[in-house]
Amino acid sequence: MIKMSARTDCSAKESAAIRGGAIILALVTVSFFIMILGHNPFSVYGSMIEGAFGTVYRITETLRKSIPLIVASLGISLAFRLKFWNIGAEGQIMMGAMGATFCALNFPDLTSWLLLPMMGAASIICGGIWGAIPAYFRAKWRTNETIFTLMMNYVALKWLTYLQYGPWKDPAALGFPKIPGFSPNAVLPNVFGLHAGWIIAIVLVVIVHLFINHTQRGYEISVVGGSENTGRYAGMNVKAVIIYTIFLSGGLCGLCGMIEASGVNRTLSVGITMGAGYTAIITSWLSSLKAPVIPAVCVLFAAMIQGGTFIQMAFQIPQSAAQILQGTILFFVLGSEFFIRYRVSFIKNIKAEGEK
Amino acid sequence: MDISFFTAAVVAGTPLLFAILGELITEKAGQLNLGVEGMMLMGAVVGFKTALMTGNPFLALAGAMLAGALGAMIFGVLTVSLRANQVVAGLTLTIFGTGFSSFMGQGLMGEVVPESMKLFFADFKIPLLGDIPVIGQIFFNQGMLVYTGYFAAIIAGLYIYRTSIGLNLRSVGENTAAADAAGIKVSRYKYIHILIGGLLCGLAGAYLSLVYIPSWQENVTAGRGWIAVALVIFCRWNPYRVLAGAFLFGGLDIIGFRIQKYDFHVSQYMIDMLPYLVTIIILILVSARRTSAGSPPASLGESYFREER
Repeated sequence: MIKMSARTDCSAKESAAIRGGAIILALVTVSFFIMILGHNPFSVYGSMIEGAFGTVYRITETLRKSIPLIVASLGISLAFRLKFWNIGAEGQIMMGAMGATFCALNFPDLTSWLLLPMMGAASIICGGIWGAIPAYFRAKWRTNETIFTLMMNYVALKWLTYLQYGPWKDPAALGFPKIPGFSPNAVLPNVFGLHAGWIIAIVLVVIVHLFINHTQRGYEISVVGGSENTGRYAGMNVKAVIIYTIFLSGGLCGLCGMIEASGVNRTLSVGITMGAGYTAIITSWLSSLKAPVIPAVCVLFAAMIQGGTFIQMAFQIPQSAAQILQGTILFFVLGSEFFIRYRVSFIKNIKAEGEK
Repeated sequence: MDISFFTAAVVAGTPLLFAILGELITEKAGQLNLGVEGMMLMGAVVGFKTALMTGNPFLALAGAMLAGALGAMIFGVLTVSLRANQVVAGLTLTIFGTGFSSFMGQGLMGEVVPESMKLFFADFKIPLLGDIPVIGQIFFNQGMLVYTGYFAAIIAGLYIYRTSIGLNLRSVGENTAAADAAGIKVSRYKYIHILIGGLLCGLAGAYLSLVYIPSWQENVTAGRGWIAVALVIFCRWNPYRVLAGAFLFGGLDIIGFRIQKYDFHVSQYMIDMLPYLVTIIILILVSARRTSAGSPPASLGESYFREER
């Protein structure tokens, strides 16, 4: 029979190997799918890599797509550490972008050095509040945060639609429903060919890493995430920990919205997130919620998205194939975690085991 | 408001009805599957494609239900056999299902369900019951699948509360370890009810793409799967209440469209927020006054591992 027992001795190397194996298995599984569609999986994967990293321009595009994922994943990882299932990143990104846009549209002549930090602050506050509302009710009455945060995504989406088609509609666009473009002062400058969001992302990775591992506040998150009761007995204000952590989580997602609005779109539209809020859930989980790992996983996922657009042109395989690939990878990694936590051994029969 | 509003609310509530029932049955076994939206989308696209290819309504519905069950199977393997985190596994299923449906749905945009099938799903009056004033018009002048929905809710209620298998099921969800000790095959119960949940969610998706719309639309569910998850809480894990919850939200779903006639001075987009806002308010209210009668199955969302006790 099969015997399973808990294990605690799984080294970092071993668990990395198990995860890597899972990713390879996922790629193999999707290969079969590609073959059914009548394509050669090697050439499809090959051109995905080429599409993502083949030229300097494509590398820049891949990195550009990884920035929102990194920032949003950092935010989500804070919430998930607390076992607060924040799937509201999508809405928090939108509200953050809205806050930044509000500043950009109202103070277009302000110098960049003042305007950009102001937009950043507004985005953090708007995204943070959007996250803190469900957090408040979760802390007060244990209201289910998963569905609450998700519903907030739809409310944010409808709100942006309202703004875009109503009060914020560009009068110069001849009735076309779009929000006016930003003045140059409200646009993030380019640094080495890529908007400065990449610098913000790297700085945030370092800050979040230090915050989690080297500050008291960060430590409290780990404790309360492990067990709320432990936190309470240790004299922590559990409710406050939940609310401010999720404010930070939503604030980071909000900042992600500001970076996208200012650095990439130079305006606000309902499609601002490009689904980053959902993809970032996968990437932060795959990074085991560890800030230093997040950039690597996000670049990998951005490469899949970028490569996905490329194979659409080359093979007429729909772009959503990338989404299926991402989902499959996470399925396999989730499944593989079992082998990190448990040892599976085959034994002949129970009696033989007892006689040893 | 005229009666046609209520008739339409029942129609709009039917996909919710199937999805809520599916999730409710899954949760009764202690498994929290957040992949409802994904399973619905898988069902919607497979049902629609089968309908276009075969023109056979039974095959289309069967295909949709199997697609939902396939998604549920992935969830089952991950969470029951491999004890993965249920929240993350369910979220992944939704992401996967969304990708699956837009992948399969490529090129279906603008396609319409064949006329013969529209006839099959068309409204018909139930004799006697359909003649009752008002109620007959609202509830008993509907399509075949709406009636199926009523039956599904009642059968689910009888199954859960009036059969010994249903009793076993509840004990698995309430106290898995005790159920295991009593000799109930815990994993089998979990798998079977996860799969039943998947079948129903697939059917819910098919109702949207085949009957409600009935042409292909990307992301046809528009968050209904998530509302269904929330409504399980609203219905307090009771299948009979699902009838009320589903039709109430069916009404909220269409109210924005209906209200335009009345020259109401609120933006269409603000009214579109209503179902989501009301869901949030209900979540808050339910959590604020927690009663023992309406609480979730005690082992909901927890992995069960016999060796770890």
